[in-house]
Amino acid sequence: MYLIISAILLPFAAAALIPFIHNKLGRLNIGWLALAAPLSLFAFFLYQIPAVSAGRTFKETLHWLPSIGIDMTVYLDGLSLIMALLITGMGSLVILYSIYYLSSTDSLPHFYAYLMLFMGAMLGVVLSDNLMVLYVFWELTSISSFLLIAFWYHRKNSRAGAQKSLLITVFGGFAMLAGFLMLHMMTGTFSVRQIAVELTQYTSHELFYPAMFLVLLGAFTKSAQFPFHIWLPDAMEAPTPVSAYLHSATMVKAGIYLVARFTPVFGGNSAWFWTVTLVGLITLFWGAFCAIRQTDLKALLAYSTISQLGLIMSLLGLGSAAIHAGDSTEGAIYGLASFAALFHMINHSTFKGALFMAVGIVDHQVGTRDIRRLGGLMAFLPFTFTIALIGSMSMAGLPLFNGFLSKEMFFTASLQVLDMEIFGLGNWGWIIPVIAWTASVLTFVYCAIIVFRTFFGAHKPEKLDKIPVEPPMGMLISPAVLAILIVAIFFFPNVLGNHLLRPALSGVLPGITGAAPHIEAWHGFIPELWMTVGIIVFGSILFISFRKWKGIYNLIPAGWTFNAAYTSFLNNLEKNSRYFTSSYMTGHLPHYFTYIFSFFVFVAGGTLMWSGAFHIDVSNDSPLSVYEVLLVAVMATAAVAILFAKSRVSAILLNGVLGFSIAIFFVLFRAPDLALTQLVIETVTTVLFLVCFNHLPDWRKENSLKHVKVRNAIIAVTGGLTIVLIGLSVNSTDMFETISSFYENSYELTGGDNIVNAILGDFRAFDTMLEGLVLFIAGIGVFSLIRLKVRKGPKNDEN
Amino acid sequence: METLIIILVGVLTAVAIYLVLSRNLIRVILGTAILSHAVHLLILTMGGLKTGTVPLLGEAETVYVDALPQALILTAIVISFAVTAFILVLAYRAYQELGTDDLEEMRGANDE
Repeated sequence: MYLIISAILLPFAAAALIPFIHNKLGRLNIGWLALAAPLSLFAFFLYQIPAVSAGRTFKETLHWLPSIGIDMTVYLDGLSLIMALLITGMGSLVILYSIYYLSSTDSLPHFYAYLMLFMGAMLGVVLSDNLMVLYVFWELTSISSFLLIAFWYHRKNSRAGAQKSLLITVFGGFAMLAGFLMLHMMTGTFSVRQIAVELTQYTSHELFYPAMFLVLLGAFTKSAQFPFHIWLPDAMEAPTPVSAYLHSATMVKAGIYLVARFTPVFGGNSAWFWTVTLVGLITLFWGAFCAIRQTDLKALLAYSTISQLGLIMSLLGLGSAAIHAGDSTEGAIYGLASFAALFHMINHSTFKGALFMAVGIVDHQVGTRDIRRLGGLMAFLPFTFTIALIGSMSMAGLPLFNGFLSKEMFFTASLQVLDMEIFGLGNWGWIIPVIAWTASVLTFVYCAIIVFRTFFGAHKPEKLDKIPVEPPMGMLISPAVLAILIVAIFFFPNVLGNHLLRPALSGVLPGITGAAPHIEAWHGFIPELWMTVGIIVFGSILFISFRKWKGIYNLIPAGWTFNAAYTSFLNNLEKNSRYFTSSYMTGHLPHYFTYIFSFFVFVAGGTLMWSGAFHIDVSNDSPLSVYEVLLVAVMATAAVAILFAKSRVSAILLNGVLGFSIAIFFVLFRAPDLALTQLVIETVTTVLFLVCFNHLPDWRKENSLKHVKVRNAIIAVTGGLTIVLIGLSVNSTDMFETISSFYENSYELTGGDNIVNAILGDFRAFDTMLEGLVLFIAGIGVFSLIRLKVRKGPKNDEN
Repeated sequence: METLIIILVGVLTAVAIYLVLSRNLIRVILGTAILSHAVHLLILTMGGLKTGTVPLLGEAETVYVDALPQALILTAIVISFAVTAFILVLAYRAYQELGTDDLEEMRGANDE
């Protein structure tokens, strides 16, 4: 039974079928059918929870390329399950939402086919155990993300955003592939679990660190970590359901998943700890800092996603210390960070999904998401306001919402660092809680901006395109479900913790017991609580005084952003490659011939010369006769004479001399069939030349420049010399047994006495048939070229 | 004998390459025709020259020259004829349409 593999393939099958079913449906929205796939998969993965939370894992293998260790091996453990539930659960909600969000003028079959393609690929990423298979699915998610960002491809920004996301994520994916290959070189396997077991022996291998950083590069680009975050805000050109699904809940979590999955492989290493933690913290801070200045609600959410992804990433980095500590009390304490990472990943999907959908509703109902035009919408969109409020408060880490729980764990984990005496943390550890707290204050500020700038303040109807009203019920269901989850998780966190997070944690930190805590909202008046209070106080002050300090955003020069660097890099690449290509692709046939023959002489001939392949031995030559020497002299003279021919008739006749001399050679060299054919063909060719030349301009002297002539002469002479050397070397060596004696049985095999004819008509009859086809095609070409009359339309303006 | 023929092939190739590199379309066509002559001779020589009798069974002798290169050349002669005929007509049409046989003047459109 390949149930899990079928689960991965189901969305692909749906993607393939959607375009065909679409036409048959009439007025029914194809989205309702598409919804069936994630819903049934969600049910399937829910059904796996009891077994997985009891510690069972499932493995299925479908052999693909077993000889090189590439098999479709899927592995379902707690970590994969939590991701699969996220993918299918969010997928269901987003599809439901999109049915109401997209207009009937959009190409729905494309949208749902791409979405299904993404869902299948994403499931493949989180369920594959084999790294090569994982890589294929990984790139498929990049491609489907590209297609979805460019869904409204008539917009220039959509195309640019799609290109940017593809270039950056595929660059990272490619680096990751190199990292995977290095892992394979060290351990000899592509299985992640196998590598985790075996790599401990190779920590001093020279490829260990390159492999680690390349894999991280893949994870960081995909999860929009600093400085690769620049693609995510531009990806907001996608329809909002796509932003909610791919660019906040699932695809950008692929990098998080990868880091979590590779924690057992690289965890416990100080480079891994510092890189993942610091990149995560910088991203957390920078994303929050940039989010505040945004005026487009979706861009604000994009930067907040970047920031939250950084938070999760830094938690995974902090948690990897547990592997260094091993299965001990310290290990269990450090492992809390990994648990918090998984917990926050779920929480982030709920509140960010709700927020994206709420912003989508605002955009849909009001016609803009620019906060300078919005305000006072609470009275018009009360449901949407409630959802946005819940989402924002959860994101800000306020109590009564799930974000509070994971945010508090984040503070706990960052404070624990102060007690760690590993990885040089004694001196620099204080940096971590400071950045964490500062970034959280900024998070509070942008959460306040979302709520207050959109829903409070003065309503500005003159700046809006539409009169705001609540959307249809169907559009509110999905965000409402998420909002309910946000609150439900706060009150019953251990349902999630015991059934999903605990088994998932054992996938991140195998062998470390007791790291998964009993989640509680109230711990007494501990430092974490005071940190939250401080965030509320300072955050409120900063929000109220925003106008006073927003000048600091102008301190960064415009040309110094990563976006500017990306754009100028791309422009220069385009300009220089065009310049380089057009410098040799001139459109002149003689130039191209020059390249071809120079390549032959200098590269092919030069290599042979350099490797000492030329070897000349004339002792086996057959004897010379007078006729042959004469004939050779005649041909050589005729050939050279062509170069100096004064008229075209003499050139053609000299060519004829060559052809007929070759016919005589064929006679001398015991090839009667060739001689006959050559005679006929040469006669026809000469006639053809003569007829054609009647219509062609006069034979003129070459009017090329002198240095061009000299260069051509050098290429010609060296080309001839190369041929001579190759010919002589081949003639002097006898590396292979001849296969020609086989054909001497032609009478027994084919009933033919003439071996040449038997080869052509029997042994290689198929070739001969195709040769006839070539003649036929050439005939059609000749015929149509002669009959072709170019239609002269109205004369176009040449300039 | 083989050495002599290979040198002849080299001469023919050099002449052919020089003609092909020319700007003049007719010379290019002549060059390709000569190049195919050279290649035919080369293939035949590679099979060994005069090592036996004509490859027709039933003669008294039992040693034949290599028949395989001959079969290959037979195919090549016909194909090269087809190609020569085609480019000749192409040259004729190109001259009619463009009014030149100078390859330097025949350039692809600047589509970038």
